[in-house]
Amino acid sequence: MLEVTEDRGAAPEEFEPTIAAFFCNWCTYLAADLAGTSRMKYAPNARVIRVMCSGRIDPQFVFDAFAKGADGVLIGGCHPGDCHYQEGNYKALRRYRLTKRVLDALGVEPERFRLEWISAAEADRLRDVMNEMAAQIKALGPADFSVPDETFPGTDPGLDATAEEAVVS
Amino acid sequence: MREYDYYPGCSLKGTGKPYEESLLAVFDALGARVDELEDWNCCGATAYMAVDELEAVALATRNLALAEQSGRDLLTPCNACWLVLNKTAGRLSNDTGLHNLVCTALESTCTVPRGEEAAPLTYTGSVSVRHPLDVLINDIGVDAITAKVTNPLQGITVAPYYGCQIVRPLSPFDNQDNPVTMDSLLGATGCTVLEDYPFKTRCCGASQMMTMPDVGLDLVSMLLADAAARGADIVAVACPLCQFNLEAYQGRLSGGNGEPVEMPILYFTQLIGLALGIDKKTLGLGRSFVNPERALAGRSLDE
Amino acid sequence: MSELSAGNGTPRVGVYVCHCGTNISATIDVVAAQQAAETLPGVVISREYKYMCSDPGQEIIKKDIHDLDLNRVVVASCSPCLHEETFRKAVADGGLNPYYFQMVNIREHAAWVHKDMAAATAKANDLIRAAVRRVRLHQPLEARRVPVDPNVMVVGGGIAGIHAALTMADAGKHVYLVEREPSIGGHMAMFDKTFPTLDCAACILTPKMTRVRAHPNIETMTMSEVTAVDGFVGNYTVTVRHNPRFIIEDACVGCLECIDACVFRNGKTQDEFNLGLSKRKPIYIPFPQAVPQVVLIDPAGCIEFRTGKCKKTCVEVCAERNAIDFQQEATTEDITVGAVIVATGFETFDATRLPRYGYGNLDGVYTALEVERLVNASGPTDGEIVLRNGRKPEAIGVIHCIGSRDKNTNEYCSRVCCMYSLKLSHLLKEKTDAEIYEFYIDMRTAGKGFEEFYNRVAEEGIHFIRGKVADVYPEAGNPDKLVLQAEDTLAGMVRQIPVDMVVLATGLEPRQDAEDVRRTFNITCSGGGFFMERHPKLAPVSTFTDGVFLAGACQGPKDIPDTVAQAGAAAAEALALIDAGFIELEPNTAFVVEENCSGCKTCVGLCPFNSISYADGKAQINEVLCKGCGTCVAACPSGAIRQNLFDDDEIFEEIAGVLTNA
Repeated sequence: MLEVTEDRGAAPEEFEPTIAAFFCNWCTYLAADLAGTSRMKYAPNARVIRVMCSGRIDPQFVFDAFAKGADGVLIGGCHPGDCHYQEGNYKALRRYRLTKRVLDALGVEPERFRLEWISAAEADRLRDVMNEMAAQIKALGPADFSVPDETFPGTDPGLDATAEEAVVS
Repeated sequence: MREYDYYPGCSLKGTGKPYEESLLAVFDALGARVDELEDWNCCGATAYMAVDELEAVALATRNLALAEQSGRDLLTPCNACWLVLNKTAGRLSNDTGLHNLVCTALESTCTVPRGEEAAPLTYTGSVSVRHPLDVLINDIGVDAITAKVTNPLQGITVAPYYGCQIVRPLSPFDNQDNPVTMDSLLGATGCTVLEDYPFKTRCCGASQMMTMPDVGLDLVSMLLADAAARGADIVAVACPLCQFNLEAYQGRLSGGNGEPVEMPILYFTQLIGLALGIDKKTLGLGRSFVNPERALAGRSLDE
Repeated sequence: MSELSAGNGTPRVGVYVCHCGTNISATIDVVAAQQAAETLPGVVISREYKYMCSDPGQEIIKKDIHDLDLNRVVVASCSPCLHEETFRKAVADGGLNPYYFQMVNIREHAAWVHKDMAAATAKANDLIRAAVRRVRLHQPLEARRVPVDPNVMVVGGGIAGIHAALTMADAGKHVYLVEREPSIGGHMAMFDKTFPTLDCAACILTPKMTRVRAHPNIETMTMSEVTAVDGFVGNYTVTVRHNPRFIIEDACVGCLECIDACVFRNGKTQDEFNLGLSKRKPIYIPFPQAVPQVVLIDPAGCIEFRTGKCKKTCVEVCAERNAIDFQQEATTEDITVGAVIVATGFETFDATRLPRYGYGNLDGVYTALEVERLVNASGPTDGEIVLRNGRKPEAIGVIHCIGSRDKNTNEYCSRVCCMYSLKLSHLLKEKTDAEIYEFYIDMRTAGKGFEEFYNRVAEEGIHFIRGKVADVYPEAGNPDKLVLQAEDTLAGMVRQIPVDMVVLATGLEPRQDAEDVRRTFNITCSGGGFFMERHPKLAPVSTFTDGVFLAGACQGPKDIPDTVAQAGAAAAEALALIDAGFIELEPNTAFVVEENCSGCKTCVGLCPFNSISYADGKAQINEVLCKGCGTCVAACPSGAIRQNLFDDDEIFEEIAGVLTNA
């Protein structure tokens, strides 16, 4: 890409987005491991949550992440046809599309929620997606959907782990 | 009637004038309308990209933006201009950020007449930059040309030389390793085409001729020697720099037996024009370093 | 809703942050991470240590479990793919259920990929917090044990498959050897001599092939392909299709009289084994030492198949044994095995993709494999070097790296071509005494005895030119001579060398159907398209699918010595699996909480493994069949399906943990 140095005036406050990343164990998680062993470097904004299959990802996780302050959510799964469990990623795709429609209606910018098919060998793609997403969301600014902690009973991390998840309305 | 905007580039107004003359004459004879793009600017060629990428892209884009006004394809005969404009168009379509940046530059500095007023110039990415080889083969067709040949160039063997820039790295209208469009067009003229000319896409040295003349001369010498060894009377080209490099320095070369090298280098449009019966002056013949008369005398001239 | 697991009370979490030497500590402030972890609710002890996976590291965990009454353990170190098992075992040895453990990846996912220490440490802190929050909800699970089928299958009968099969058969296992071609032997059977010893390929291969045929424990199936694989490690059901050769294998004794008797006096079909350099009849044997020593009929070339009106002299001459059966059809069978070794080999790069070398256009241009057949005494020219134009070459050019080391085709180095080019040059020199020119980029002769071989060949008068050939074209006025134009980078000049024969050292590629085959076995491919190993250094023969192993060039370009070594390794790992007798499956299965199930049946059709059934108005999940993908868990509208180790609440805790500071 052409490196363009243009003066856009002073940057807004040094905001670093936090991205919740749900990676499937067999493809994207391994790609991230490979990026690590290859010592690739990318933006440190994502926090990976490992699931066995992208098909495990409930839209509730996505809404919950935004409600808890995530500026972006990334789902990583195997390429269509390559799911370790045959079809889980197709389900993930369907849920992703529906979730995206809801998020669009709520005014969430499209760059904040992404689904990427990244195979275990595609460490360079993972790096590029991480960098790109961090840069795009940084430009958008913080997401504004978080709900104060008091709304969630049971998030007192002391003892009771019964979490009544309030769905973002 | 087919209509094209025409981007000459700097060379076709200078040392490459015969290319322009023969090109316009041939297109006219084949019933296509060709209008020079108004207020075109230098494309930047290969040099400017090394100086400042962003400015080079903007410079080339201005021509695309001007061409977009008419909605017609942009006929671009010089190989280097063709490559620069195509590469630029490609980069803009792949990089929205760059496209926006360049359009901002254009819009704030350039205008085009729109009725009584002047509108800011912009580019949406819809121009097709096309080489005459492409247009003649795909739009007009070899058959249409053959039908109008009145003066077949019989008995003349022509080696088609494509140079590199219309096959590397992009080759949208011909085969990258073994292009044949010029072969087909030359075939229509009735001449014998040297189809197995293995150096048809080899480097001619390009700017090295200025900076490292030994290298340039060596490359040109190989190209010409091989064509001669295979029996070529003329080498046909499609680019003004190819033409210049292959022809202008022959005085500094010597052939296999120490003989002087005298290989006429003509534009393929000049050869087509001759076959169509257009007169030599109109085709820009008679102003070269190497006189092609003897080579062309292999057939009966009508003048 | 999960409760903290009853039975071991309030969570008492131990957090261990590993330095991994300086791998982690160079980029992450491990002390700060340890200190931050101390403040997390539920954390009783937080330590940092140089090498958590080492024995002393593991001892610390065990001791803390005992001394501090820990009931949860979190280790922040490398990828769980590497050491989750290690730490689970340590936890179990310490007296705690191994699934009360959670691992945090702060090496591959943080220390190794970020530069800024503050950012990387903040990320590590977030991930550790998430793990601590999550692990409190873990349940004491038991790994499921299933018995392992003692049989094994080897897919591919080249040298890799042959060696693996023999090793396992010698260990007493019943081995199914499945080979697609009519004979085992693979590419090695096509070679003449092998580097660096110049052993005759057939001489060292055929005894192994014979052993395979004679071995009581090996069931060799040629003309056979795997079409489907079902099941899981230790219990695979493989569907194999046997394609017809139109010969009854048991009846044919390999006398080959049918070939002589065939109505075709001369062959008219391109001989595949000789790469089209010669022709064969429709009834044929691929090569003289084929195993099994049985002919086959090619329906495309056979007159009886095409018209139904052949004299069938072949049948006449086989009257006693009656081995020919024109009605033979394909059959399929299901075979149960405990492990599979995939040894499907490679293909050579298609040189027509690089028109500048003239392969396919210019008669004098050959691929290296074609030249192997030419120099082979049982090849199309009986071992004489005779070109397509009938002449013998006086000058030969060998061009390295065709298709390899080039981003336009394959970026990787194919590893064997330098050596086989030297070998071919040596053999060609021996047979023709021609002037031979090797055009190379680098000479890669790294194996045992390889450099010595290079020196030997270099002293035989072969010319070495360091430079890539740009072009191969016929000389003006002399089309039998091909000019090779290359820059001699050591001499600093451009050379144009006319030769009679050009040998292209084509690289190795994965097979065309690699994508289909890998899906069949549920494995993945790495960057170059070869099958992917579990770990390039530490697990080069296993895959991420337990029970499926790799051997040979299907995993990456390699020569015969490395192939045999890898095949032995794969056999050993397969044997380790089988001999254990049972397998432990990860207990991350899904289960239905009946009282919440509304009987909507949304889940039933979702499971790719058919583990969900519906009875009495409730969904039920078969624990043995469930593979733990979690698709049904996410789909259940009532939230009635939960998943061990990946429960909703556990994941919500992780989300909360990573986003506490967001």
